Amino acid sequence: MRKLLILLVAALAAPLTGAQEVNIYSARQENLIKPILDRFTDATGIAVNLITGGADTLITRMAREGANSPADLLLTVDVGRLHRAKQQHLLSPVSSTVLDSLIPAQYRDSEGYWYAMSLRSRVIVYSQDRVDPSELSTYEALADSKWRGRICIRSSSNIYNQSLTASLISHKGISEAESWARGLVANMARPPQGGDRDQISAVVAGQCDLAVVNSYYLAGMLNSGDAQQREIASQVSLFWPNQDGRGAHINISGAGVASNAPNREEAIRLMEFLVNDESQEWYAETNGEFPVRDSVPISDTLKAWGPFKADEIALEQLGIYNADAVRLMDRAGWR
Amino acid sequence: MIPVLVIVLCTLFSIPVLTLLTSLGASSDGVWQHLVDTLLLEYISESLLLMTGVGVLVLVLGVLPAWLVTMTRFPGSRLLELALVLPLAMPAYIIAYTYTGMLDVAGPVQSLIRDTFDLSYGEYWFPPIRSLGGAITMLGLVLYPYVYLLARTAFLEQSVCVLEVSRTLGASPRRTFTRVALPLARPAIVAGLSLVLMETLADYGTVQYFGISVFTTGIFRTWFGMGSETAAAQLSMVLLLFVLTLVILEQWSRQQARYHHTSNRYSALPRARLTGWRSITALLYCGLPVLAGFIIPVVQLILWAVETWALIDTSAFFTLFFNSLKLAGLTALLGMGLALFVAYGRRLFPTRPVRSGFRILGLGYAIPGTVIAVGVLIPFAWFDNTVDGFMRDNFDIATGLLLSGTLVAVVFAYLVRFLPVALNTIDAGLGKIKTSMDDAGRSMGLRPMQILHRVHMPMLKGSLLTAALLLFVDVLKELPATLILRPFNFNTLAIRTYELANQERLAEASSSALMIVLAGILPVIILSISISRSRPGNA
Repeated sequence: MRKLLILLVAALAAPLTGAQEVNIYSARQENLIKPILDRFTDATGIAVNLITGGADTLITRMAREGANSPADLLLTVDVGRLHRAKQQHLLSPVSSTVLDSLIPAQYRDSEGYWYAMSLRSRVIVYSQDRVDPSELSTYEALADSKWRGRICIRSSSNIYNQSLTASLISHKGISEAESWARGLVANMARPPQGGDRDQISAVVAGQCDLAVVNSYYLAGMLNSGDAQQREIASQVSLFWPNQDGRGAHINISGAGVASNAPNREEAIRLMEFLVNDESQEWYAETNGEFPVRDSVPISDTLKAWGPFKADEIALEQLGIYNADAVRLMDRAGWR
Repeated sequence: MIPVLVIVLCTLFSIPVLTLLTSLGASSDGVWQHLVDTLLLEYISESLLLMTGVGVLVLVLGVLPAWLVTMTRFPGSRLLELALVLPLAMPAYIIAYTYTGMLDVAGPVQSLIRDTFDLSYGEYWFPPIRSLGGAITMLGLVLYPYVYLLARTAFLEQSVCVLEVSRTLGASPRRTFTRVALPLARPAIVAGLSLVLMETLADYGTVQYFGISVFTTGIFRTWFGMGSETAAAQLSMVLLLFVLTLVILEQWSRQQARYHHTSNRYSALPRARLTGWRSITALLYCGLPVLAGFIIPVVQLILWAVETWALIDTSAFFTLFFNSLKLAGLTALLGMGLALFVAYGRRLFPTRPVRSGFRILGLGYAIPGTVIAVGVLIPFAWFDNTVDGFMRDNFDIATGLLLSGTLVAVVFAYLVRFLPVALNTIDAGLGKIKTSMDDAGRSMGLRPMQILHRVHMPMLKGSLLTAALLLFVDVLKELPATLILRPFNFNTLAIRTYELANQERLAEASSSALMIVLAGILPVIILSISISRSRPGNA
């Protein structure tokens, strides 16, 4: 019986053995990352082991597993969590001439703890029938009373809204950001609910006139295999906010090498692979995100939105002000 | 020996909850005060409203249909007797996604209304699906089978004599139901209701999707948004107080009435044949929960699956399906055995420590899967790292993580979360075996283990099967603990469904969602049939 138990444990705990490999804790979901990881394995012979999940729980898991954690690379879809992992000493600095030369300084940690792999912007999507783009200008202006009952935006539990609010705190200070949030809440057409695609659908259904969403959701709908989604997306337009000022709010998907990574070299090679021409094009084409490098061609969908100016805020600010942003949104009644 | 083992087991499975307690000591850095100032009252009141609403709905959908299919015959009643459990195979988050897809502002129903009557949004009234009312409806539709199952078991077990006495005393069938059968079935109905309310408190998928501020959503927001583990643990404690109240109420209600049937002569239940409008009303009343809780969402899922079949990657489906079944089967067997042992231990040695251990073990069911998962993660990683350190220091061997990141951790979390279901079922089954039978067995010289084997086992078979099947279906639907604790490269149907649905690709998520439902149908049907046959003397 005891032998059986030991065997059982050993089989379940099948040790990660043998050939070259790299272990990823990924907040990017499997179907959005697996294809490019398979290409990496094909190109290098390095096997990739993957666990996906929420960034926060992955970070908790890494922290608790401690020095014995098998994690080599943490992939997240926002910078706030990378910053949090760095703060908790879960990441280690990397110096790679490839990464440093390909990724603009703005999109990597100044000490090399994390690097952006792709970019996304939080933009305004508006009804072509009911909104004249000349009425639109900045995120701040969305708090104006002329938008009363006309705005759709998702819950403040969503990290992208937390990051957007954190950027406002960083630029304008807490009290100005709070009165902005109060104004925005007053202008909401409905209590926050659903995801970003839902907000776009609600604009088309007439429940609101504009929505604040991440750019790739619109791209995803425009290129959807589902005709209904394409139909909905064709009835709205995208507006780049704050183009006369600091630029549109940017967030990243990015990666950092774990401080106890058993396969550090392989992890760095994978990061370098993820920013090569082929991978960057794939990101843009398949996920509707912007490449982190200027030189990489983007898909026609993204080109159609025209060039835009991006907010050059140091991205770690978004992580630093995250908790303040959540409290502020609580006070403002942003559910 | 047995009581010690029972206490050890209870302690082992309480570790995740106890882990929560330990993080209470730390300072929450003002987050708790912030919660008190802003959202705490809302979390409490919304949770209460949600529980009340779901509670009322499951009673309405569960009790009367159970009575009707047990005591009457009407067209379709035999089919409905089985079909009424089907929604149990439907995960709450999936029914929520499905109805949202259909009934939301941008969905086909409202679009049709707008196109047909040439209206635009705001010019007509339509119940908002993503609301407290919507969440109550969704949870009620998939949770009522717990009440239905337990109520039906109780109705099936009632003595014909009691009913006949009631009738000969001149009570109408309706009066017999309200004055005799219902009070007799009350402990069972309350047990079902308390399972439902615990599931409701633990639900995260549905409330999060509908944007409702209840405890679970609050815990996540506090923990991850504000990064305060302490304040999240404090919130979880308030949640636990709710649960404790529930557990105590349930046990009190059971103690109020411990019914053993004194006659062992069962005759077949007299089933009244309904005719005319009565039969139509009965058909509609019993058909509605099945229609809304199962048929409509399944049809919608099938439509979506057909529409998107070409778009999705189906190559891994077999593995996903197998992984889900493997976990569900393993947990069902282990859980059944453990629950039998603990429930039996309490019956033999009802000392205070054993009883309190039993009660603490019951708490896991109401705790959100994510909280349990982290509660498992922490002690497992601690254990692994301690062993590793010890082995390195003394034998120069690195053992690494022995249990963390393995299926052992996953199954352990399932047991912490779902063992209470098995425990309640088996305990209720044991409760029906008169203690006088134990005494008779003992006086004939049987040892406790022999009594279990020769006397109790044959009588408990039904409860054991019920416990195993409920565990199986619950694990099949489980998401957060699997997501957080699983090993590398290990996926299940629930994870696949969640990842696509989370990207708001509902239609593409439908194929794997449908497979979860399909995998759950068979156990659920077996469950229903075995209960129908459970009536003693029923060949």
